[in-house]
Amino acid sequence: MIEITNLTKRFAQHTAVDNLSFRVERGEVLGFLGPNGAGKSTTMKMLTGFLAPTSGSASVLGFDIQKQTLKAQQQIGYLPEGAPCYGDMTVRGFLEFIAEVRGFRGAEKREKVLSAAAKVELEAVLEQSIETLSKGFKRRVGLAQAILHDPQVLILDEPTDGLDPNQKHQVRQLIQGLAKDKIVIISTHILEEVSAVCTRAVIIAGGKLVADGTPFELESRSRYHQAVTLVGADALDEAALAALPGVAGVERNEREHSLTVLAQPGAVIFSAVNELIRERGWSIKELDVERGRLDEVFRTLTRGAAQ
Amino acid sequence: MKQLSVIFKRELGSYFATPLAYVFIVIFLVLSGVFTFYLGGFFERNQADLQPFFNFHPWLYLFLVPAIAMRLWAEERKSGSIELLMTLPITRFEAVTGKFLAAWVFAGIALLLTFPMIITVNYLGQPDNGAIFTGYLGSWLMAGGFLAIGSCMSALAKNQVIAFILAVVVSFLFIVSGFPLVLDAFSAWAPQLVLDAIASLSFLTRFEAISKGVIDLRDLLYFVTLIAAWLAATAVVVDLKKAD
Repeated sequence: MIEITNLTKRFAQHTAVDNLSFRVERGEVLGFLGPNGAGKSTTMKMLTGFLAPTSGSASVLGFDIQKQTLKAQQQIGYLPEGAPCYGDMTVRGFLEFIAEVRGFRGAEKREKVLSAAAKVELEAVLEQSIETLSKGFKRRVGLAQAILHDPQVLILDEPTDGLDPNQKHQVRQLIQGLAKDKIVIISTHILEEVSAVCTRAVIIAGGKLVADGTPFELESRSRYHQAVTLVGADALDEAALAALPGVAGVERNEREHSLTVLAQPGAVIFSAVNELIRERGWSIKELDVERGRLDEVFRTLTRGAAQ
Repeated sequence: MKQLSVIFKRELGSYFATPLAYVFIVIFLVLSGVFTFYLGGFFERNQADLQPFFNFHPWLYLFLVPAIAMRLWAEERKSGSIELLMTLPITRFEAVTGKFLAAWVFAGIALLLTFPMIITVNYLGQPDNGAIFTGYLGSWLMAGGFLAIGSCMSALAKNQVIAFILAVVVSFLFIVSGFPLVLDAFSAWAPQLVLDAIASLSFLTRFEAISKGVIDLRDLLYFVTLIAAWLAATAVVVDLKKAD
């Protein structure tokens, strides 16, 4: 379990993290969201013992990060933002260094290095020096060092930043594969990632927590939650749709004869819309029910906090 | 403590991973030869000792040692790898000391490669090999002092060039602190006690004694304390500056 209590970090000019509190339980994959400069990285730096908080505390599996720093750090695999490595080392040399710091020696060390490299498909570049690798490979080296000791807690700061779609998919699968019985925290501003891998999302803005819930719960806060989008062959009757019970409004889309019917919070309007279509005998080319738009929720929440 | 040797090994290896190590060693060997034989008048003195060799070490180190030390922390901060290093389960003491020891051993390797000097002087005459040994010991200790200063300056500056210049300036003050150049600034107003204290900080007087074969425990202690103090300062500075 990770517990963050009233965590605050003030720099000379501004407050980066402002009285933040939350807990993460075993088995959760927490998506840590927020606009740039919201305090995501600062929070992660405090959680991994790199920065000392101005006030408040954080503990990792019961070890206070400030009082029992080493014990806490032993539990954590951490990928810092930008995946910094020692560029002049070879991938194998670097991973062996990490393995030794983590206390592995001899055959066990070599085995850990190989298995971590295999998990992120680094076998082909093991003997290359890190600075000659492409961005995607460097990121994978960073991931390999984070998962090498099979940590109970995995903290990844923007793990898929700068990867191509295939690599992103691969990293997400890796995270999902690792997540069992562990605690994973990933920071990101790619929202599809949250829906794809996270069991829970925390949104912060201006250093404060503004939302905490499952991706589904957050999506349902969207005004597009349960909205129905229709694409008709001919013009559709907006007024009739707007008059249906539970409908909050109708939006016209860019596409011709396309409307989005918004539902009132908690209402399910799909069947009513369907009924109307049958009654009027409209010919409908497409019909979609939306789960909600996370990016819209994100914008509303983070802008509201910034103001 | 286990981790100290891991840090040490990585750091020492990283010197040899780049041309830096070889360039440094070659320049060090060439310059120490030039100084000994031309400026020091090794042959003209007609004495079987290595005084002309050791006499130039403080000045040689003044510029060469900061070149080894400048990358110790500045590079970590520049590349961001300091975040990785400081979130691994190692103590600050292990990181600071491991890095310093690697640089110190590297300087020691360069120093040992001057062994043809010993062969030469033994071939030409009957030198006091004990004095030569203490000369080497003193020289290595002094290099450690310079390195510890350089390590702290490297933690202070993110830019390696600035780290280098700072280290040269501070090291220079330590070399000349027994000279009128520094003492005159204090002699007008400071009590004698302070003047003596400042003069006693001088690398030159300490090193001269050791290189002549006089091992005074106080001189050894001086260098060891100096190293420890600057490394402690390094740890503090690393902590203050790591996130900048």
